[in-house]
Amino acid sequence: MGLEILLQLVVTGLAWGSVYALIALGFVLIFKATEIFNFAQPELMMLGAYFAFALITTLRLPFIAAFVATLVLMIVVAAVLEMLIVRPMVGEPVLAVIMVTLGLANVIRGLTGLIWGYEELQFPKPFSSDPLVVFGAVMNQAEVFTILATAVLLVAFLLFFKYSSAGLSMRATAEDTTTAFLMGINVKRVFTASWAIASVVATVAGIMLATFTYLEPIMSHAGLKALPAMILGGMDSIPGAIIGGLIIGVAENLAGFYLESYLGAGINEIAAYVIVLIVMMVRPYGLFGTKEIERV
Amino acid sequence: MAVTRFCVRNYRQDLRIFASPSAKISLAILAVLLLTLPWWAGKYLVFIACVSGVSIIGALGLSVLTGMTGLISLGHAAFMGLGAYTAAILSAKAGWPMIACLPAGAVMAALTGAVVGIPTLRLKGLYLVVTTLAFQFITQHVIYHWESLTQSDKGIKLAEPMILGLNLGTYDRFYFVILVLAVVTAVLTKNLAMSRTGRALVAVRDRDIAAEIIGIHLAKYKILAFVVSSFIAGLAGALYAYLIGLIAPDHFTFNQSVLYIAMIIVGGMGTVLGTILGAIFMVLLPEAINALSGPLATAYPALAPRIGGISVVVYGMVIILFLILEPQGLFGIWIRIKRYFKTWPYTY
Repeated sequence: MGLEILLQLVVTGLAWGSVYALIALGFVLIFKATEIFNFAQPELMMLGAYFAFALITTLRLPFIAAFVATLVLMIVVAAVLEMLIVRPMVGEPVLAVIMVTLGLANVIRGLTGLIWGYEELQFPKPFSSDPLVVFGAVMNQAEVFTILATAVLLVAFLLFFKYSSAGLSMRATAEDTTTAFLMGINVKRVFTASWAIASVVATVAGIMLATFTYLEPIMSHAGLKALPAMILGGMDSIPGAIIGGLIIGVAENLAGFYLESYLGAGINEIAAYVIVLIVMMVRPYGLFGTKEIERV
Repeated sequence: MAVTRFCVRNYRQDLRIFASPSAKISLAILAVLLLTLPWWAGKYLVFIACVSGVSIIGALGLSVLTGMTGLISLGHAAFMGLGAYTAAILSAKAGWPMIACLPAGAVMAALTGAVVGIPTLRLKGLYLVVTTLAFQFITQHVIYHWESLTQSDKGIKLAEPMILGLNLGTYDRFYFVILVLAVVTAVLTKNLAMSRTGRALVAVRDRDIAAEIIGIHLAKYKILAFVVSSFIAGLAGALYAYLIGLIAPDHFTFNQSVLYIAMIIVGGMGTVLGTILGAIFMVLLPEAINALSGPLATAYPALAPRIGGISVVVYGMVIILFLILEPQGLFGIWIRIKRYFKTWPYTY
């Protein structure tokens, strides 16, 4: 019995962890390309989920069509945001950049509240709600699909960055913007592309999260936990973001179940932050981050 | 020559807190207006002035840490919450008088600030941001869930603020407590900025390695910045607790921390006057939006629960527009207006 509960908790944890990992991946992609830390990433996730919801409920599109349409829509939104708001801020001090994206987060959250309201909405379930029983452990199908979708997406991105010329030019820009520019890479387009890709992964995360929870503006707070995930892995490491996300997802689920009787209810909500505080004391650059060497 | 005479100040003038006689005159007028405020302003305006005063103190605290020293904190509201809850618990459960509760709240926050400051010594930039964010969420969580001490979302009701047998429980009277403390904090912050310590903090902000090489003890000054900042934040929190009378966990959330950063940015980073202007601006902004959106809510009752979104959107837009169009903040605008009039016939 104990083992089955553990397995269930781990699967749920991995599903949440996948969501964190995807958002964190978006953070890292944008940060590596543009040195901008996008606090609006959780809001992009939320916006994506709401778009999908609107397309499915009002336009009556089937799930897959709505999913694709949402991705296209979000790419456009992210590209416009990047050009209008973020590009003037490239190279500005860290605080200014953070605040611009925090302001953006507010705008998106406020607009979502204005349009769709603040109450919980039930996202139309694309997967059957019958539980899946594996080795006696009962699993939510949506969670299993989330894990699978994340895995597929990650492999796709791995191949994209390794073999496609667009992916290579993004990596080159992340490595050294000036040199990449001199080598003839269209750096502006890379910046926009990094925002587009980040919004795609965020949207996937948002839709997946909505399938096994509810749709509400507070969702973005859950997305904020991708921050500790990303910091845990190291800010400039893509594998770090993914591993960090999974660690946080599993750890908070286990903590919620096993430590609740000792540390009180709701310990799972802050487990992520406690973990990141401890890791930061030991490894100030995260688990896989590169240590910055400063020269005066 | 005639122009530059007005624009350039010599070194001796720069060392003074108020650089010119005209600054003294305008300050005197401001002082008279502020001291007589409860007699000519309505109750609502006095309350807004009180909230502005508390926000000014809080924002000054953050400006020491973020504006002067360059350590970005997303946990400022948590320090205010610590101060507020310390004061509230001591007031409600231990029966301490206000004169003891206010400093106790500030000291509690300062001690926590020192503890939080230590691990953050190794952290920089965004790693620091997320660590302070973690501190914010953990504090928020503890306040909410430690029910036996904080009574969670039922909140704590404070005893009436008394000084020497005088009840200061009305906004009219408590206004003066806030006014005095706000002025003292502003003067001390200004003084700190102009002292050796303040210059050391600015050096740490501008290039910490270079600062260390010229002999500034990095750890000492970074922790000092945390302690001073959280002391002021704790004081602001304790004052806020007495002002409101009943505090609950949602007064000190992550959004409040963001609000305080917005204040110092909108005002103009690292300047005392700018911080004051920014705090007042960010207090008035939601009031103005509410005044405008209130009629909208009565006209379209169906929209009423969603109308709150407007203020969130406007607030976000203000931050974005300031950062893109006016990075110097209100202080920059103020300087430009002043220069325009000073150099008047010769403006370009």
